[in-house]
Amino acid sequence: MTAPDAHQAAAGDALPLLAVEGLTLERGPSRILDGVSLTLGRGETLALVGESGAGKSTIAFALMGLIGKGEAKIAGRMRFDEVEDLVSLNERGWGRLRGRRIAMVFQDAGAALDPCYTVGGQLVSVLRRQLGLSRAKARERALELLEGVGINDAEARLSAYPHELSGGMQQRVMVAIALACNPELLLADEPTSALDVTIQAQIIRLILTEIRARGASCVFVLHDLALASQSCDKIVVLYAGQVMEAGPSRGILEHPRHPYTRLLKSCVLEIGTETLDPPEGGVPSYGDMPAGCRFATRCPNALPRCFAERPVLAAEGERLIACFNPEPRQ
Amino acid sequence: MTKPGTAAPAASPAQGTNAPGTGASDRPVFELLDVEKRFTVSRPAGFLKREKRSLAALDGVRLTVRRGASIALVGESGSGKSTLLRVLLGLAEPSDGKALYLGQPVKEVRAKSRDFARSVAMIYQDARASLDPRMTVSALIAEPLLHFGLCGREAVGERVAALLTRVGLPAEIAGRYPAALSGGQVRRVAIARALAAEPTVLIADEAVSGLDVSTQAQLLNLLRGLKREMGLTLLFITHDLGVASYLCEEIAIMYLGRIVETGPTDAVLSAPAHPYSLALRRAAPEFFAPITDPLEGEIPSPLDLPPGCRFATRCPFVEDDCRSAEPILAPVARGRTVACRHPLNAEDSPVSPQMPAPAVTHAVGSRPGEGAEVSA
Ligand SMILES: Nc1ncnc2c1ncn2[C@@H]1O[C@H](COP(=O)(O)OP(=O)(O)OP(=O)(O)O)[C@@H](O)[C@H]1O
Ligand SMILES: Nc1ncnc2c1ncn2[C@@H]1O[C@H](COP(=O)(O)OP(=O)(O)OP(=O)(O)O)[C@@H](O)[C@H]1O
Ligand code: SF4
Ligand code: SF4
Ligand SMILES: [Mg+2]
Ligand SMILES: [Mg+2]
Repeated sequence: MTAPDAHQAAAGDALPLLAVEGLTLERGPSRILDGVSLTLGRGETLALVGESGAGKSTIAFALMGLIGKGEAKIAGRMRFDEVEDLVSLNERGWGRLRGRRIAMVFQDAGAALDPCYTVGGQLVSVLRRQLGLSRAKARERALELLEGVGINDAEARLSAYPHELSGGMQQRVMVAIALACNPELLLADEPTSALDVTIQAQIIRLILTEIRARGASCVFVLHDLALASQSCDKIVVLYAGQVMEAGPSRGILEHPRHPYTRLLKSCVLEIGTETLDPPEGGVPSYGDMPAGCRFATRCPNALPRCFAERPVLAAEGERLIACFNPEPRQ
Repeated sequence: MTKPGTAAPAASPAQGTNAPGTGASDRPVFELLDVEKRFTVSRPAGFLKREKRSLAALDGVRLTVRRGASIALVGESGSGKSTLLRVLLGLAEPSDGKALYLGQPVKEVRAKSRDFARSVAMIYQDARASLDPRMTVSALIAEPLLHFGLCGREAVGERVAALLTRVGLPAEIAGRYPAALSGGQVRRVAIARALAAEPTVLIADEAVSGLDVSTQAQLLNLLRGLKREMGLTLLFITHDLGVASYLCEEIAIMYLGRIVETGPTDAVLSAPAHPYSLALRRAAPEFFAPITDPLEGEIPSPLDLPPGCRFATRCPFVEDDCRSAEPILAPVARGRTVACRHPLNAEDSPVSPQMPAPAVTHAVGSRPGEGAEVSA
């Protein structure tokens, strides 16, 4: 995609750490990602938000090199630092990046941890493999990491199996493993969805501190828009595999202009909310995408042309919007 | 077994039905009586030695779930919420105390009665692990329908399609395996499967967490509808106080193996009586506010509980007597109980639920000692 990137200049960096351009991914007949572009500077944080099934985790998996060549067809470009194209990178190249320079907190912590190994065993083996630490040093570091994510009795917990931990503890162990190697790019897929709000605040702060201290960057997948506004510089709103609106998170969340972003904002629950009135239905089926705007079937602003033509992502001030009839600028 | 759905007049709302000597339909659906659940864990003790320690995941928990009630269970990660549900459902044996279903030990009911499995549905925290990866989505949802003989084979396809629509999933995923679904889609399959048997009691562990807000809103409205129209009884673990207040009339807040506060959701959230509840209330994400660490001090280990109140190491309102004996749940206001020696003022200045955190600070400010940051 040749969408002009307005906020890249604002970040001030010569070359952003990560630049994804026109990423398209097809599984059989379904086009799961369709021309996704985003950039992320060093020290920046970005929130991917959007409908369930919109492709947020798929983007993270692609950035982690976890989508097999036979599994899906990928087109487009993903540049990471000096690595020109992650899309065509071979397994050896990935071996130098994955888990070292790019790390991921997976959405399903329970499924991502190996049930047959103790928590300590898994942490220690990552630390030894990736950082070349001795067994004793790795153990020491593992203890520190567990304490860092607020797990007390770290000594006892090291010898626990994943099923002996609560859901939120498993999630925190995932965060500890991902942070273990000081990655330059952290992909955090709903890293706090199983945590109570006090521990959530602690973990998000920990991630942000680690990231900022090293000038590293983070892509969060979040569904809590308030949390996104608190923790991310940029936001990218996805719907059915396409970017609908992107730019500085403050501006977009204060005054969303794309009708889908507005829909999301209107569904935010607060304590004491009496009624929520989301429109019926969900993302259209991938086998049967409308020719025009993918949001047209549920959009209150839809015009006749929306059903025939596809809106392209275009710069409007600091942000990018793909819509024929967005809310006016404020 | 009573068929609760048909015993309509007896179905009463959550609170205040403790009239004695009434029929079976007035019996609480579930009751936990001073339940304790201990796990044995081992930890290093000196050089090459290990010691066995007992970890109390639940410690003296009492909870009553009446027919038609909707209860949010909220609390710190690791405080015992999932364990509480496992005990309630008879999936784990309490180390002490009793877990009753309609007055009978749940373990026995579970073993004897098919009706239990049919009327009580559960959505597990780890939705992906709870679904058989070798079954397609349609087979997963059809299973309870066929198992309980709720419809003939010829009608199954239609019922499955209707359930998929209800949870907002496209028909195209019916033939897929869980591995080919997104996180939120897996969660919704688990919800569809739980609703398939038309349960009268739904027990859910983080059923809507990790879903985008519009999908979440649709599901919450679906559950609200079932609650209003069918009198569905709900016990809902959630970390999202907004979800708790939208869906549940009552709330129970847990900290380190104990329930520390209960009461009507709106009242508790607008003027929390327990300092931990207040911390939760303040830590809820707020647009554009800086993220603050709501609690200082050390999180005690469940293997080495401090003497007295187990929140004392982090409580900003701690006083000397807090460390002497453990506070027990006691009434503070109508329908409310709290386990704290110095409860925050629950009765006066009830804050409007829409008001942001400073209002709560105000309600609390009526107590002496507020503002004096105590870091333990
Ligand atoms: N192996 C697969 N085969 C076919 N479709 C798949 C496969 N894996 C994922 N999908 C589809 O790709 C789409 C994007 O999935 P993804 O996991 O990226 O969504 P997501 O945005 O992370 O959603 P959620 O918020 O629910 O986690 C979904 O519609 C999903 O059903
Ligand atoms: N099988 C087990 N063996 C040992 N300890 C266990 C076992 N199951 C649970 N625990 C411990 O019991 C405590 C309570 O766990 P539980 O899963 O009930 O917490 P939770 O409140 O559901 O937390 P979360 O919100 O993080 O899911 C934790 O300290 C946990 O490590
Ligand atoms: S392009 Fe048309 S249908 Fe699509 S979001 Fe904009 S107004 Fe709505
Ligand atoms: S008993 Fe004391 S330490 Fe415990 S919560 Fe109440 S005020 Fe705080
Ligand atoms: Mg996902
Ligand atoms: Mg749990």
